[in-house]
Amino acid sequence: MRLDLEKRSDRSSLMALLSPIIAVALTLLFGAIVFWLRGVDPLHGLYVYFIQPMTDEWSREKLIVKATPLVLMGAGLALSYKANIWNIGAEGQFVMGALAAGAVPVLFPTWQSPEVMVVMLLAGSLGGLLWAWIPAVLKVKFHANEILTSLMLVYVARLVFDWLVRGIMRDPKGMNFPKSVRFEGWQRLPSWGDVHLGALFALVAALALAFVMYRMLKGFELRTLGLAPRAGRFAGFSADKAVYFCFAVSGAMAGLAGATDVMGVAHQLQTPYEPNYGFVAIIVAFLGRLNPIGSIIAGLLLAITFIGGEAAQATLHIPDKIAKVFQGVLLFFVLACDTLILYRIKLRAKK
Amino acid sequence: MNSGASPLLQADHIVKIFGTLRANDDVSLSIKAGEIHALLGENGAGKSTLVKMIYGALQPTSGKFIWQGKPLEIASPAQARSLGIGMVFQHFSLFEALTAAENIALALPGKFQMNELSSRVTKLSADYGLPLDPSASIADLSVGQRQRVEIVRCLLQNPKLLILDEPTSVLTPQEAEQLFITLRRLASEGCAILYISHRLEEVRKLCDRATVLRQGKVVATCDPRQETPASMARMMVGSDVMQVHAISGNTKGPVRLALQKLTTAAQDNFSVQLKNINLDVHGGEVVAIAGVAGNGQSELFDAISGEILAVQNNAVLMDGVAAGHDGVTLRRKHGAAFVPEERLGHAAVPNFVLSNNAILTRHGTDADLASRGIINSAIAFKIADQVIKAFDVRKGKVDPEARSLSGGNLQKFTVGRELDRKPNILVVNQPTWGVDAGAAATIRQALIDLAKSGAAVLVISQDLDEIFEIADRIAVISRGQLSEALPAKTYTLEKIGLLMAGAHEVSHAA
Repeated sequence: MRLDLEKRSDRSSLMALLSPIIAVALTLLFGAIVFWLRGVDPLHGLYVYFIQPMTDEWSREKLIVKATPLVLMGAGLALSYKANIWNIGAEGQFVMGALAAGAVPVLFPTWQSPEVMVVMLLAGSLGGLLWAWIPAVLKVKFHANEILTSLMLVYVARLVFDWLVRGIMRDPKGMNFPKSVRFEGWQRLPSWGDVHLGALFALVAALALAFVMYRMLKGFELRTLGLAPRAGRFAGFSADKAVYFCFAVSGAMAGLAGATDVMGVAHQLQTPYEPNYGFVAIIVAFLGRLNPIGSIIAGLLLAITFIGGEAAQATLHIPDKIAKVFQGVLLFFVLACDTLILYRIKLRAKK
Repeated sequence: MNSGASPLLQADHIVKIFGTLRANDDVSLSIKAGEIHALLGENGAGKSTLVKMIYGALQPTSGKFIWQGKPLEIASPAQARSLGIGMVFQHFSLFEALTAAENIALALPGKFQMNELSSRVTKLSADYGLPLDPSASIADLSVGQRQRVEIVRCLLQNPKLLILDEPTSVLTPQEAEQLFITLRRLASEGCAILYISHRLEEVRKLCDRATVLRQGKVVATCDPRQETPASMARMMVGSDVMQVHAISGNTKGPVRLALQKLTTAAQDNFSVQLKNINLDVHGGEVVAIAGVAGNGQSELFDAISGEILAVQNNAVLMDGVAAGHDGVTLRRKHGAAFVPEERLGHAAVPNFVLSNNAILTRHGTDADLASRGIINSAIAFKIADQVIKAFDVRKGKVDPEARSLSGGNLQKFTVGRELDRKPNILVVNQPTWGVDAGAAATIRQALIDLAKSGAAVLVISQDLDEIFEIADRIAVISRGQLSEALPAKTYTLEKIGLLMAGAHEVSHAA
C-alpha cells in the first residue's frame, strides 16, 4: 500500500475547520506517548496538563491572563501572514512595547491620573510599531528578507531591554536588583482577580481586525497581495504599502500586548524578560486559521500549554520545557494537516 | 506512406480519470511511421492529457499503448525518449542563462564532448533547415529560435515519433513555413509526427490524418485535406461556431488612447525595453498589435495599464488627459479598462470566488462597491452575476473559485467584468489565448460591439487569424518597437511576417 496525495478540485471548507481539530488530537496523542515514555500514566498526564487548568477559578483566571498577549499578537500576525508578510519578531516588538510603556512611570513616578494609563498604552503600542517599522523599511528599501531581520531584532530588543533596566531605568531604591520602580495606581491596568483590562483589548482587537480583514477593502487588498501579488498590482494595490501597514499593525498589537503585560501582571520592568509570548503567538495565528477570531480560541488553547506545563512540573515532575515541545509539535501538526484542505489522501495498492 | 504497414504507436481504449473528470474517455488512435497526424480539439478536450501519457509524464487509468506491435507501459519521459519519442512543449523548458548547446547537453543521456556536440548541433540544424548557433545564450534568442533548440534537442535522439504542442503559436508565418518544410522532410524519412494545433488552416496544409477529441472522447477521424476549416471546427465544437461580424461602416471618433514616445526601462535582464512607441487609437475602432511572443507585448500592456509607470506623464493620454504617472486605479477612473494575458494570478486571484474577483478591478470605479473602505458584498455578487449572465459563464457552483473555471469561461468572466463597466478605452492582451472556439467567437464579437459603441479597443494578439478577423488597423511589435498602425486591408501575410521579424526596427547605431 502507498499513500498518495491527490489534489482536490476545490478547497475543502470542511477540512479547513477540521484541520486544527485533527492537529490538536494528534498533539494529544503525541503527548500521551511522551508521558508514557516518561513512566507517567498517559491519561493522568493529559488530565493534569490539559484539563486541570480549566477546573478551578484561580487557574481559569491565569489562563485568561496568559491568553491575553497571545490573542493580541496572534490576531495582528494573522493579518500580516495573510498578506504573505512574515513578521517573526513579535517577541521583540512585545519587549519594546513593555519598555516604552514602562518608561512613562520611570520618568514620571508620581504621575497619577487616568491619562497616565492611556499614555502608557499608547507608548507601548508606538514602541512595538516603531520596532516593527525597522524590518519593514529594510524590506521595502533593500529587499532584505523580513523573516531574518524581524527575528534577529528580537535578540537586539532583549539586549536593549536588559541594558536599560540594569542601567538608567533601574529603581534607585531597588537594592540594586535589575528592576524598575513599581507601577502604582493609574500606572496599572484595572483588574478583576488576576484578569486585567488587557483581556478586553484582546477581544475587541481580534473582532476589529477580523472586520478589517473580511469586510473592508484594506483586508481585501492584503488577502489579494498575499495570494497573487501580480493580481494585487493589477488591482492597483501597492505591495510596499502593505508591508508598512502589516508591520505597523502587528507591531502595534505586540507593543500593546507588552504594555498590558507589564501594566497588568508584573507591575514593573524586570530583566531578563523573555516570556516567549511573541513566538507562541505565531502558533496561535496558524492554529486560528490566520483568522483574528480564530486567534481567540487558539490563544486560549496555547495558554493551557503554559499553565499545564507549570502544573506538570509541580505534580508530575516533568520539566516545564515540555510546554515548548507541545507548542512546537502543535504547530507542526497544524501545518501538516493544512495539506488536507487542498489535497486528499488516497490509499493505493502498490504495483 | 504505406497504409498497409502496422502502426508505430497505437493507443488502445485509453481512459484517464482525474478525480471525477474523465479527461480521456476510451481514446483509441494509431499513428503510422512517416505520417503527420493532427490531434485536434478545443481546450480541455483532453489533447494534452493524451500526449502526456504518450510521453510517459502521466499514466493511464486503464487501457494500453502498443509500440511497434508490442504492448508496453511508458513509465517515464526518460523511457519515452529511449523508445524514440520526442516532445516539443508549448512552454519551453530551457535555461535562459545557458547556451543552446549547454541546454541540449543537459537533456542528453551519457557522456560526450561539448565541442563534438556543438558541431553535431550545427550540422543537424543546418541539414534540417533550422540553422542554430550552439554557442548563443538562450536569453538572446527569439522565441522562434528557442523552439529550434527544443526541436534540435529532440532530433539529436533520432526520434521515431515527434510530438509538437501548438508549435506555430510562437512563430511568424515565414518561420512556420520553414517549420513545415522541416516536418515534411522528417516525415519523408519515416519519422511519425503528432501535431497538436487549433489552427485548422495549417492542419489542412500539413497533416495526413487528424483525430478530433471532444470532452475526452474521439469524435472523428478524418483526412484534413478533404475537409474545410469550418467542417473541422464543427467536429471540434460539436455545433456551428458563431460568425464574428466585423465593423461595417468606418465611423472613426476622436483619439481616445494615445501613446507618445512611450519608453520604459527594462525591469530585469530578461524583460523587453519599450522604445519610443507611438500609437493613436480612435473611438469606434479596433486596433490590433501583432507580434511574436516575448517581443514586449506584456511590457506594453503593463505600461498602458499603469502597472509600470511611464517616465513622461504625457507619454500616455487617455481621452486627452495625461495619465503616464497615474496608477492602475486612476487610469480606470479615466474610463480605461484592461484585460491581461495571464488569467490566473494576474487577471484573477485563483483562490478567490468570482464575486471577490469582481472587486479586484472594480473597487475604484464602482462607488458603492467599497464606500468608506467597507466592501458591499451584495454589490460584488450582483456584478459577478451580471457578468456571468451576459457572457454565459459556465460554472459548477453559484459563486465558484476562479481556478475551478475552464480557461474559456474564466476569460469570458475577466473580459466581461471590464465590458460590464462600459469603458471608453479597452486594452486586451491575448483575448482568446487558450480559449475554446465558442468562447473565442463570443469574446471577439464583444470587442467589436464595444468599439461600435464608440470606445477605443486595443488588442494585443499573437493570433493572426484573430487579428485579421477583428482589426480595423494593425501595428506590429518586435523587440520593443512598434510599427506604424495601418489599415488591416493593406497587409498581406508576407508583409506582416516581415514586420514581425523586425523589418521596421530602427537601429540604434543609425
